[in-house]
Amino acid sequence: MKELNEIILPEDVRYAPSHEWAKAEGDTVKVGISDYAQDQLGDIVFVELPETGEIFGKGAEFGTVESVKAVSELYMPVGGEIVAINTALEDAPERVNNTPYADGWMIEVKPDNAAEMDSLMTKDAYLESLKG
Amino acid sequence: MRYLPHTPDDIETMLKTVGVNSVDELFSAIPEDCRSKTSLDLPLPLSEWELNARIDELAATMAIPPDYKVFMGAGSYEHYIPATVSFLLSRSEFMTSYTPYQPELSQGTLQAIFEYQTLTARLLGMEVANASQYDGASSLAEALLMAVRITRKKTVAVSSLIHPNYRRVLETYLAPTEYPIIELPYLEDGTTDLDAIKNRDDLAAVAVQSPNFLGCIEDLQLAAQKAQDKKALFVVSFTEPLAYGLYKSPGSFGADICCGEGQSLGIPRSFGGPALGMFAAKKKYVRNMPGRLVGQTVDSEGRRGFVLTLATREQHIRREKATSNICTNHSLCALAAAIYMATLGQTGIKELARLNFDKTEYLKNQLKAAGHEIPFERSTFNEFVVKFPKNFENTYEKLLEKKIVAGLPISRFYPELSHHYLLCVTETVSKKDMDAFVKEVRT
Repeated sequence: MKELNEIILPEDVRYAPSHEWAKAEGDTVKVGISDYAQDQLGDIVFVELPETGEIFGKGAEFGTVESVKAVSELYMPVGGEIVAINTALEDAPERVNNTPYADGWMIEVKPDNAAEMDSLMTKDAYLESLKG
Repeated sequence: MRYLPHTPDDIETMLKTVGVNSVDELFSAIPEDCRSKTSLDLPLPLSEWELNARIDELAATMAIPPDYKVFMGAGSYEHYIPATVSFLLSRSEFMTSYTPYQPELSQGTLQAIFEYQTLTARLLGMEVANASQYDGASSLAEALLMAVRITRKKTVAVSSLIHPNYRRVLETYLAPTEYPIIELPYLEDGTTDLDAIKNRDDLAAVAVQSPNFLGCIEDLQLAAQKAQDKKALFVVSFTEPLAYGLYKSPGSFGADICCGEGQSLGIPRSFGGPALGMFAAKKKYVRNMPGRLVGQTVDSEGRRGFVLTLATREQHIRREKATSNICTNHSLCALAAAIYMATLGQTGIKELARLNFDKTEYLKNQLKAAGHEIPFERSTFNEFVVKFPKNFENTYEKLLEKKIVAGLPISRFYPELSHHYLLCVTETVSKKDMDAFVKEVRT
């Protein structure tokens, strides 16, 4: 497992306490899990995602991520409608391990309330929370 | 099985190791008022020969073949069990009813389960089968819970021709949930009336049994289509898997989940148990399946091996989000079924199914010729309903004295079907037995 100073934490995304990241891209928000989360889970073998068109509130469970010996729930960092899912994860879930902030993205959300982004942590605040 | 009791020396050593002086001291943590003050009210011990005599005496109070001619099935079937089954089953390596706690160490056990899963999937025409459940009834309940998880809808439509005891188990399973059960009535021809699902869009599943409790073959093609139209999962239950040696499998009609009782496949009736819950589904639903799954893989040197797989569905990993509280299987019964299916093979299962069908048709036609009504016209497998005359209760008792069990009176489950009896004929019933029975009930 990585040391805290080895964890990759980009500046241009926001972080939820449940280890999802959210990145504003125009009208929508892309969501995935942080490098810390993928590192803790180990080899990811399956990602269960919702269908496009489904609507979830902030903090609601939208899917699960399964590694060899654990399953974790995924929670909405911001509420809204699912406008896209990363179908490539169906055949290549290891993308979440390899590039959690790029090819490993999970869902794209059209937020109900864009201001919810502001309630998420910055890189520094998230890193601080990991030091616990 | 070896039974090794503890000697006083063993007990002494163990007490010393944990640091207490007596067995009473060991249990001192149990509050006084929770302990039994009197000794257990048990009969006196018997010698081995006395015990054998007592058990024989108890067994003699039951009407069992070959002493009795039993024309009763209703979810439990008398089939011949080949010697291969009892011989292989009694090997001490297989003598545990559970999947082991360090499963990959027991490659033989895992291979046996894997073969059971493979043969089950083939017989039912399904893509993936689990290592087994407790029985047909719990399999049905688990199947409907699975459908609720997959569809995120809550109501289940269940045919009234599914075994009445299975429906009672289902009600027990669903009682603490808020999932409503809609019971589908039946038609004059002895199949399920699917009309009631026409206006429902809230159904997680439509469940039918085929052959159903009246012995009739359901129109699975039609039921599958109707379930599909409502975006509900199509669940097929069964009590007699041997029927699929003759009739098309549930999988070939597009069943999403197929579940039922496997007692017919090499397991004695044994007064109702232990049984074998067979459970299979489409592969795309595998992560929502209950129960254990054995997979085939290769080790680091490329040799074939077997593992417990997709364990993240199970409660020791998934905790309260597990797909089921089932974390074991009926391994010994599953093994019996695997040996049975492998012994008969595809051709053997077909031939045996045909034999069951032909014998049943013979009795059906003889009873018709003897003046009795066969009220449901649908095709059957090895069971059918006959309507006997009004005073038949007396005849039934008289036949019992002559060691003939004339089927199951089904009015206790279906009050509108008074004087209707469910009869069963398997390969173990001879023409002579059937002729003798028909002669007794000739009007």
